[in-house]
Amino acid sequence: MPTQHPASAINGTTDAHVVVEMVSQPRYLSGARDLVAAVAKRLGFTDHDCGQIALAVDEALCNVIRHGYDRREDQKIWLNIWPARDPDDESKTGIRILIEDEAQQVDPEQIQPRDLDEIRPGGLGVYIIREVMDEARFERRPESTVGMRLDMTKWVRPRTETPNEKPEDSGEGTKTDA
Amino acid sequence: MLEVSVEQRSEGTLIRPDGEVDLSTSRELQMALKNAMSAKPQRVIVDLEKVPYMDSSGVATLVEAMQIARKQSSSLVLCSMQDKVRSIFEIARLDRVFTIVPSMDEALTS
Repeated sequence: MPTQHPASAINGTTDAHVVVEMVSQPRYLSGARDLVAAVAKRLGFTDHDCGQIALAVDEALCNVIRHGYDRREDQKIWLNIWPARDPDDESKTGIRILIEDEAQQVDPEQIQPRDLDEIRPGGLGVYIIREVMDEARFERRPESTVGMRLDMTKWVRPRTETPNEKPEDSGEGTKTDA
Repeated sequence: MLEVSVEQRSEGTLIRPDGEVDLSTSRELQMALKNAMSAKPQRVIVDLEKVPYMDSSGVATLVEAMQIARKQSSSLVLCSMQDKVRSIFEIARLDRVFTIVPSMDEALTS
């Protein structure tokens, strides 16, 4: 089993600006949420969107803990965060979050949201992730026989879409990827 | 850390979780709801005033309680929901499925 941080395997990106290696214990979800929300705030998101991004990360981590690791609490999860900038539109900025694990690989096509008309406990995580984030892609970790990863991006919405909320001045936090 | 208090009143059973409800804490809420439901009360009110955050594991716990309530003809009412928590119910379109009222007073008379 590989134990080294896998972010270097990401093609076409610089190293993440924030990297967290955590064990698969639900008690650390709260800390991960707080971190992601704080970074998103610095990248220009409103409080509402920061909360939604933190929710998406929470759901993704829960899925790894519950389904990937079958609730084993001594496994590793990596949370990588970058500021994002659309190469086709320099004014479009956002956040990119990559969550990686060392769980058994599954066919990414099998990771699908469930039908919301079916009212039952559970199975909402993937739906919430896709609903909240602008882009979300599940894939097997490249160059490895174990581990999945979820690559998510959300773009800062123009101010007119959220007139009642002001993001914090993003200032130095908006460094861009190469 | 989640604390859940339970109060029996003439209007029904009041359940008051205090803290974030996520994968690490939803079990506490689940146990409180199951215990409350086992007495088959006419009404169970979950006061969410002191719940600043809930993820899908918390929502799943409430869906499970709603299903039990329907089977035994109890009513389950959610009240005093914070905006951040309401957001996940709206995303999952469960705000149309649950009885959600703004205040405890309304929950007691719903």
